[in-house]
Amino acid sequence: MSDTLVLRLIEGMAGTIESHADQLTRLDQAIGDGDHGINMARGFKELMAQKATIAALPLGEALKKAGMTLVMKVGGASGPLYGTLFIDMGKAAPAGEPTLADLSTMLDAGIQGVKARGKADVGMKTMLDVLCPVADTLRSLVDQKETDGLDERIIAAAGHALHRTADMVAKRGRASFLGERSKGHLDPGACSSALLIGAVVGVLAPSPSD
Amino acid sequence: MKKLINDVDAILAESLAGFARAHDDLVSLSEAPVFVRRCGATPAGQVALISGGGSGHEPLHAGFVGQGMLHAACPGQVFTSPTPDQMLAAAEAVDSGAGVLFIVKNYEGDVMNFEMAAEMAAGATARVLTNDDVAVENSSFTTGRRGVAGTVVVEKMLGAAAEAGMDLAGLQALGERVNGATRSMGCALTSCTVPAAGGPTFEIGETEMEMGVGIHGEPGRRRVALASASAIVEEMMAAILGDLGAGKGEDVLLLVNGFGATPLMELYLVYNEAVRRAEGAGLTVARSLVGNWCTSLDMAGCSLTLTRLDGETTGLWDAPVHTPALRWGC
Repeated sequence: MSDTLVLRLIEGMAGTIESHADQLTRLDQAIGDGDHGINMARGFKELMAQKATIAALPLGEALKKAGMTLVMKVGGASGPLYGTLFIDMGKAAPAGEPTLADLSTMLDAGIQGVKARGKADVGMKTMLDVLCPVADTLRSLVDQKETDGLDERIIAAAGHALHRTADMVAKRGRASFLGERSKGHLDPGACSSALLIGAVVGVLAPSPSD
Repeated sequence: MKKLINDVDAILAESLAGFARAHDDLVSLSEAPVFVRRCGATPAGQVALISGGGSGHEPLHAGFVGQGMLHAACPGQVFTSPTPDQMLAAAEAVDSGAGVLFIVKNYEGDVMNFEMAAEMAAGATARVLTNDDVAVENSSFTTGRRGVAGTVVVEKMLGAAAEAGMDLAGLQALGERVNGATRSMGCALTSCTVPAAGGPTFEIGETEMEMGVGIHGEPGRRRVALASASAIVEEMMAAILGDLGAGKGEDVLLLVNGFGATPLMELYLVYNEAVRRAEGAGLTVARSLVGNWCTSLDMAGCSLTLTRLDGETTGLWDAPVHTPALRWGC
C-alpha cells in the first residue's frame, strides 16, 4: 500500500468525520453524553497533523501509530475503542501489499480487539453493530471471490447495519443508562463507524465518476 | 449559553491555569500531557493515589490533590475521560516505587483508558472502581452502576490510609470496602450545558425534575413533576437506605452534594431533611459533609451519599487533609 494511499485514507476519514461532527454530536446528545463528534474530530484532526509521518510507515506500523494517536487524543470510550481497532488491525497487517483477503483478516482482528476492550458484542447498540456485519459481508464476498461491486455491497451493508441500531436497546456506553429510552435513535458509535467505512471504501474503490 | 469564558476550546486549559495559580502552595500543573500533582515528592514507600475523569465535576478530582488525599489527578475534556498518556505521565511523576492506585469512576471511557494506562505502566498499579449510584439498576447491564459523589469519600479515606503507609494491595481492598459501604442518588432540576455543545444537554420543563440523574446529565429513573424538598429527599433516601443494608444503631457519613447551580442554602435545607430520615431509620449520622464536591457543570440539583462507618474508616475520614477543596485537622 503506497504512501499516498495511506495519506488519502487519513484525509478521507478525517474529512468525513469533520464534516459529520455535528451530526455525530446530535446523535450522542439524544442518547449519550453529547460529545462524540467533538471528540472524534479532535482525534482525526491530530491524525491530519501527523499524516506525513504516519504515511511514511509500513501499513501495519501506520495503523498502530494512527491507533495510538486516537487513543491519546479522542478520550472517552471512543478513543480506546477506535484506537484498539486500528492497533489490532495493524498487528494483523501483512508485510507487503495487502490483498482483499488480508484486509478482511485485519478487520476481523481489529473487531476482536474492540470486543475485548469494550467487553461487548453485536446486538448491544454499539460500533460493533456496523463493524461486524461489514466484516462478515467482506469475508463472504472474498471467500466467494465475488469482488464485482464489492464497494457498493460494503457500503450497503454498513448503511443497513447502522439503521438497524435504531431498533436496539443500548447495553453498553452511557446510552445503556437509558434502557428502553435508547430505542428509536441511531447509535453514534455505529454512525461514526459507518462513516469511516464509507470513507475508506471511497478511497480504496473510487467510483468511475471520481 | 451564558458562561464566563473566552474561547470554548481554551476553557479547560485556562481554568486549570487559574486553579494551579490559586493553589500553587499545594499543587502544580503539568502540561502536555495534562495532570495536576501535589507539590513535593511522594515519600519513599508511600503508595501514590491517582484519580481522573472528565472535567466539569470540579472540585473533583484536582481539587482533592494534596496532603492526605490524592497525589495526582488527570483532568479530561469536559465530561470526557482523560487519556492514558496523562495517567502514565502522572504515575511516573508521583510513583515513589511503592506503586500507584488508580481510583476510577465506573464509566466505560474511564475504565478503558485507565485499563490501557495500567497495561502500559512501567511500575506496579492497582485499581479501585467506584460505583455508588443506586439510581440506575444494573440488572441486565454489566456496565453496572455509575460512580458519583461517593468517590470523594473513597479518595479521602484512601488518602489517609496511604499517608499512614498502607501498601498497594491493602489500599485496593480498603477502597473496595469503602465503595461497597457507600450509596448515592441524585436529582436534577435543570440541565447542564456543555460549553462545546453550546446548549442544554437535556430538555426539562419548568415544573419537572429528573429523579436519579447522572453527573453528566444522563437520565435517571424517571422524569417526574417537581416536588417539595421533603418529598425529593424522601424518595432518594428510601432508594439509598433500601440498598445500603445498614443495621439500626450504625454510624454513617452523610454527604450532601450540589451539582453546581444549587445554593448552599438549599443544600443545607436538603441536609436537614436527609439527616432526619437517616435518624428515623435508626442510623447515627456521625460525620457530615455539605457542599459542591462532585458537580455537573451548571446543573441545578443535588445528590445524597451515605457511607457506613466503622472505627477504622471514621479515623481515616477524620485524619488531616489539606487540599484545595477540603481541609481539616492541619
